[in-house]
Amino acid sequence: MLVLSRKKDEAIVIGHDIEIIITEIGEDKVRVGINAPKHMKVLRKELLDQVKEENLKSAKSKVNLESLARVLKK
Amino acid sequence: MKIHTKFFGEIEIKEEHIINFVEGIPGFPEYKKYTIIHDEGLNLSFLQSVEEANLCFITMPPAMILGNYSFDLSDDIVEKLIIEKPEDVTTLAILNIPEDFKKMTANLRAPIVINTKNNKAVQVLLDDDNYSMKHRVFKEDV
Repeated sequence: MLVLSRKKDEAIVIGHDIEIIITEIGEDKVRVGINAPKHMKVLRKELLDQVKEENLKSAKSKVNLESLARVLKK
Repeated sequence: MKIHTKFFGEIEIKEEHIINFVEGIPGFPEYKKYTIIHDEGLNLSFLQSVEEANLCFITMPPAMILGNYSFDLSDDIVEKLIIEKPEDVTTLAILNIPEDFKKMTANLRAPIVINTKNNKAVQVLLDDDNYSMKHRVFKEDV
């Protein structure tokens, strides 16, 4: 992993198309501005991790369809 | 072609029924091809992997859970799935069904979006945090 130090308003460029700017530095958080092409998804990492975890749990379900049918028909 | 499924044994599907998840599904990036098996009795749609028999998500349209469910299709999704008009899109929410079925939840924060015209699909992560990844399908007191 590449680790760089940046001051407020300084930026990092990734490849040709991605720019990351430190817009604000607070006591316990940093505001980060991102310029990236529309087709690239930019996400808070924990959101992606949560979706992965939820998908894994959902896929693991060992559901008996007959029992499920009884509950859903009520 | 014949495929093995998690809940329905061996079934016959046609090439045009295969849905292509261009980026796979988070947690299962290596599997891209799925098909939908609709169970009329349960009124649920099973998103079955064509490549791995044991991989199957149970889903339902989010509108059946929240009548006013809606979201904007961001530009990157429209581009990725080559969407021409909103009517071409089908949306499904993945269900997490625990042992106590009454406690089942739906992931409304990350719906499955399918372009029915070209069968391209993706799981979208909505910015809107009003929708939950674990939305209770049944009311709590049931």
